[in-house]
Amino acid sequence: MAQSGMVQNGAALHSPLGLLAELTHRCPLGCPYCSNPIALDPRDDELDTATWARVFAEAAALGVLQVHLSGGEPGARRDLVAIAGAARTAGLYTNLITSAVGITAQTLRQLAEAGLDHVQISIQDSERRSADHIAGYQGAFERKRALAAEVVALKIPLTVNAVMHRANIERVGEMVELALALGASRVEIAHVQYYGWALKNRAALMPSAAQVERAAAAVEDLRKRHHGRIVIDAVVPDYYARLPKPCVGGWGRRSLNVTPSGKVLPCHAAETIPGLEFWSVREHALAEIWAHSPAFNAFRGTDWMREPCRSCERREIDFGGCRCQAFALTGDARATDPVCHLSPRHADVGALAAMQREDAYDYRHM
Amino acid sequence: MNDAPAVIPSDARPRLPHGVRLVHNEAQGGWVLLAPERVFKADAIAAEVVKRCTGETAFAAIVDDLAKTFSAPRERVLVDVTALLRGLADKRLLEL
Repeated sequence: MAQSGMVQNGAALHSPLGLLAELTHRCPLGCPYCSNPIALDPRDDELDTATWARVFAEAAALGVLQVHLSGGEPGARRDLVAIAGAARTAGLYTNLITSAVGITAQTLRQLAEAGLDHVQISIQDSERRSADHIAGYQGAFERKRALAAEVVALKIPLTVNAVMHRANIERVGEMVELALALGASRVEIAHVQYYGWALKNRAALMPSAAQVERAAAAVEDLRKRHHGRIVIDAVVPDYYARLPKPCVGGWGRRSLNVTPSGKVLPCHAAETIPGLEFWSVREHALAEIWAHSPAFNAFRGTDWMREPCRSCERREIDFGGCRCQAFALTGDARATDPVCHLSPRHADVGALAAMQREDAYDYRHM
Repeated sequence: MNDAPAVIPSDARPRLPHGVRLVHNEAQGGWVLLAPERVFKADAIAAEVVKRCTGETAFAAIVDDLAKTFSAPRERVLVDVTALLRGLADKRLLEL
């Protein structure tokens, strides 16, 4: 996509494409793999409708094309329909990222009328008891089935987000079948990424290398079998990878997050990195935050890199991987993401992945 | 699912499906076609074609209109627009 033409720190400043709008951290479910921070934003600190409307208008002016209405559970907001309407008014393509628990059929109809473009519903397993156990909520599975039917009846495109980890990874095929049965046109095989609550529960969630390999083979087979019926996107479980993921498409390059209290983050885990200064939409315009907030400039471009990233031919492909993961696993946010085989700490990642325990989940809670 | 036909029937009424939108964004430099988790740049001509795909206008009439608007030979416009719409339909960005 076109660059904005602005120049910052000697490197061309990109225009962001996507905005993750965390409308609330409230959520009825307690999924142990949630990527929200352990310290969740309290309800009384949430941005109001008018502020979100302003943020959306500023985002569109900055070049943002797609907004993901998320959280927590966006359905927990009483003003969700007004928020979705404001996003549409701003000219943004609106995606609802929901557990389905908290979105009634009536709310969905109103969202459709307000111009909602796409709905993504998470599934925790292909089988009800396991699914509800993982979610920490009895009845979640049935609610997801019901809402999916309502989405399809309204002709809104549906994506199913299948979160994969040790407890369900053997059932990737069944989960894709479920997505098909629900009428989804896309399914994301979203292997858990270890941030926030997922990092806390890593030992209970991490699949084995063999399980990951089998799942990858299963996905390839599923793609062939279901070609033309459903699009299967897969997120790599990067603890078992040789190359790091281009996290968020590069720091401060393609996307931004606004938390329920209005803090603007380059990614959802950025607050775990010490020494970063984050700005709030309560005090600054979004364009100003994108271009000038110290947190956004901390790892923008490639100047901040050390070796081996600095002179690596992939530096503008994967940007050295994930800063938050580098910090979590090495204690240094400027280090090469140790998922990369070129990192001197790469062997540590395998060792961490092997530390699996059958502990009970520490369910997500306020 | 079949790929889009080589010839588009004159009475087809091409339209954007639910969840696909053509949007103009100044900061991104022009027209874009948006779908779930996908963004496609559309040049000015592609945008003019897609704008006319409302589901209410027959394909033949769309071609006629474009030929007139761009003062271009109809045969040429037919070939180019067919290729564009087939490409979009194959990506599920258009219903023919």
